[in-house]
Amino acid sequence: MATTLTRGASGAATSGGTARQAPPRKPRLGRWMADRAVLFIGILVLVYTFVPIGYIIALSFNQPSGRSATAAFEAFTWGNWSTICDPDGLCESIRLSFAVSITATILATVLGTLMAFALVRHSFRGRAASNLVIFLPMATPEVVMGASLLAMFVSLGFDSVLGFITIVLAHVLFCLSFVVVTVKARLVGMDSRLEQAAMDLYANEWQTFRRVTLPLAMPGIVAAALLAFSLSFDDFIVTNFTAGQSVTFPLYVYGSKLKGFPPQLFVVGSLMFLVSFAIVIGGELWRRRRP
Amino acid sequence: MTHPASVQSTGETPPGTGTTTPQRARRGWLLLVPGMLWLALFFLFPTVQLFFTSLYDPAGSYISGYQMTWEFRNYLDAVVDTWNLFARSFAYAGIATALCLILGYPLAYAIAFKAGRWKNVMLVLVIAPFFTSFLLRTLSWAAILSDQGPVTQFLQTIAILPDDGRLLATPVAVIAGLTYNFLPFMTLPLYASLDKVDYRLIEAAGDLYSSPVTGFRNVTFPLSLPGVVSGTLLTFIPASGDYINAELLGTPKQYMIGNRIQAAFITEKDYPLAASLSIILMAIVLVMVIFYVRRAGTEKLV
Repeated sequence: MATTLTRGASGAATSGGTARQAPPRKPRLGRWMADRAVLFIGILVLVYTFVPIGYIIALSFNQPSGRSATAAFEAFTWGNWSTICDPDGLCESIRLSFAVSITATILATVLGTLMAFALVRHSFRGRAASNLVIFLPMATPEVVMGASLLAMFVSLGFDSVLGFITIVLAHVLFCLSFVVVTVKARLVGMDSRLEQAAMDLYANEWQTFRRVTLPLAMPGIVAAALLAFSLSFDDFIVTNFTAGQSVTFPLYVYGSKLKGFPPQLFVVGSLMFLVSFAIVIGGELWRRRRP
Repeated sequence: MTHPASVQSTGETPPGTGTTTPQRARRGWLLLVPGMLWLALFFLFPTVQLFFTSLYDPAGSYISGYQMTWEFRNYLDAVVDTWNLFARSFAYAGIATALCLILGYPLAYAIAFKAGRWKNVMLVLVIAPFFTSFLLRTLSWAAILSDQGPVTQFLQTIAILPDDGRLLATPVAVIAGLTYNFLPFMTLPLYASLDKVDYRLIEAAGDLYSSPVTGFRNVTFPLSLPGVVSGTLLTFIPASGDYINAELLGTPKQYMIGNRIQAAFITEKDYPLAASLSIILMAIVLVMVIFYVRRAGTEKLV
């Protein structure tokens, strides 16, 4: 990290002519390298984060001799990709995961955006306390959150209905704080003079909100929704406590630990990566094309 | 040291529209109430209830029900039995957080200042690996670090690891897993913070003959402190309660407090024990967070 700040420090100094001691000039190659060292390290870190993804994609083409497909690559096959739904319950678990995350994302994004507007745009007594209450779930380890929810559901006699509804209740809870924080960050950075200008130009409050405020806040809201979706879809710990007999995709993967991991799991993993990657890249390209 | 953080906007003051009329204040409350209700019903209430559960008579059971006997001894018993699990959890989480900072800082710095027009692409690449399932990523680390896996083989070849040495099922594997899985929680807040820093300030430090190290210590790092604080918290908190990495990459010898709470709740159904462990974990984490935020001097976390 020490090299990060190396910059041609000589420019300002030599032009004045009175510089007492110009810093020793590095050879050009050395300077070039020092300038790019951080970028290089950053790219190395990125490469490291992709190593397990490479493994997952490779294992999706693995044909294991036994029932379980983890450690060693045995033989190449396309077969797993055409038989995704073959393992018992795998596709049902994916469907449930989608249903849960979409519902939880919508609820958390709506509730969280309203809260963010309240906290940034309105001042009222109890704002500091509200901020604390919103921060607390983020400072709570997931095991504790899941455990407390399970204890509550059990004591209320919800044992029998543990499933879709209780999972959604729990997911909205831990997504909410992240949504509030993300949307708040966007609202705080917004130029409120634009809204004043709209009001000056005789837009009423609703029109101002609809035509100016909401479009300006949209990138934050979309980012918050994406974050909520990925937190919800990938959650294991809280879900494990609140799911009862229902099986989401992460629970399915965990459950396979005993029976052996079918290679199709890695196909699903690869697909999750490829599809969301394509969506994000597509979104970025679409954004660039717009004037 | 003059703290240059005053250059940054504090960002918390409500914009000009936020005049304090009673009507606006009421509307603020109306916007806030649905979400707050959710937090009260499904967070505050269960947490309070968890606290009461932790004081139940441990002689009861899930089937026969529990008696409320204000059994503060539960806490003592829990601490005596599991203090080593707590110590291990915080040690693993602490090391993993430090490693995340070491890996995440150059990455965030590179994206903020060096990536140029590749900035958005690099940001997408930071998040992309985490689109796949957390469990599958951990499983694939288990394959990579396994005895026949490339890393173990390589380390044995260059004799860093003895021939019968292992990586999987050791603390190294668990910490590596924690580091990997929580890296984006460090990188993204760091990036958000660094991105707001005016690069001219860093250049100015260089122009004024500060060495790269001094410039980093006195200018760049203090300016990125809000990101460092929220990044370390967002990494440390989930890492200290995690039990998946210890379970998939370690053995019971590497189990963390999360494993114990999970087992007490789900397998043993010993609710008073599980509840007192949860309350202790939550209390320790909260105390650490408050102490740390005070020390770092950034009050505005959320």
